Amino acid sequence: MILKAFENGADGVMVVGCLEGDCHYLTGNLRARARVGRVAKLLDEIGIGGERVQMFNLSAGEGTKFARFATEMVERIRALGPTPVNVRRGGGQKEIER
Amino acid sequence: MIMGQQKPIRAILDMLAPYDKIVLAGCHGCVTVCRAGGQKEVEILGSAIRLAREAEGRPIEIREVTLERQCDPEYVETMRPYVQDYQAVLSIACGAGVQFVAEKYQTTPVLPGLDTTFIGVTEKQGIWAERCQACGDCVLHLTGGICPVARCSKSLFNGPCGGTTAEGRCEVSKDIPCGWMLIIERLRNLNMLDNYRKILPMKGWRTSRDGGPRRIVREDLTQ
Repeated sequence: MILKAFENGADGVMVVGCLEGDCHYLTGNLRARARVGRVAKLLDEIGIGGERVQMFNLSAGEGTKFARFATEMVERIRALGPTPVNVRRGGGQKEIER
Repeated sequence: MIMGQQKPIRAILDMLAPYDKIVLAGCHGCVTVCRAGGQKEVEILGSAIRLAREAEGRPIEIREVTLERQCDPEYVETMRPYVQDYQAVLSIACGAGVQFVAEKYQTTPVLPGLDTTFIGVTEKQGIWAERCQACGDCVLHLTGGICPVARCSKSLFNGPCGGTTAEGRCEVSKDIPCGWMLIIERLRNLNMLDNYRKILPMKGWRTSRDGGPRRIVREDLTQ
């Protein structure tokens, strides 16, 4: 699903899970973190860049924290610029819509 | 089940370099269970290949399929209506599946996306281990259900050897338990240590790979 987002034109993907130790699915968020790590490695290997995907953890009540994480991610991706795929597609440096 | 591991993505991309339109074929059999070549892995690998090739400026068209089994003719046949429209098949089944697809489609290159590694078990999610080398002459009834061929690094028939550590590990690696220590402990638990005191005859390897490629013919089923 993460890779599909990149295929569909995303320049970065943030994966948000619940707080570690406080997941309704017990270890679901820990497993998700491991899988996100694997995808990041794969993105590095194919020249897209593993820093374009990151997992964040927060609770449903932490709206302010979510906004801060989202801003951090957007700023990081903006600094990285478009993926090589989007450069090839002619997207160039595009503004990330909030 | 037969275990496999996906080849490094760069090795797969190198194999695909001559091609712009391929079938990526997974298998719902063993490689699905060991999370190497099932439908999910087809989708992930397909995305990765498309992204990499697009980033290189050479987009590739991929038809993603997952056959019920690549080692049975009726399922391999399901690719016939479209396989000639593609330049190659990248199979992420085991080596048997890759070869069977190649046999059936003589004019289409069939490439291996996995390295087939062993016949084994799922010890726990994400950890698989070898248990059988398909030697063709099973002695598990004598060895407490633990195979000296697969579990002893030297495939000794009268072990353990002098390389066993005091902790019961193999000299090849401290991560490998000595197969013969396992056998002895198991026979002791079963009160069958008499089996250990018997000298097992030298193993004949003609039933294994030494006899050449093997084949089983069941006359009652071939009619």
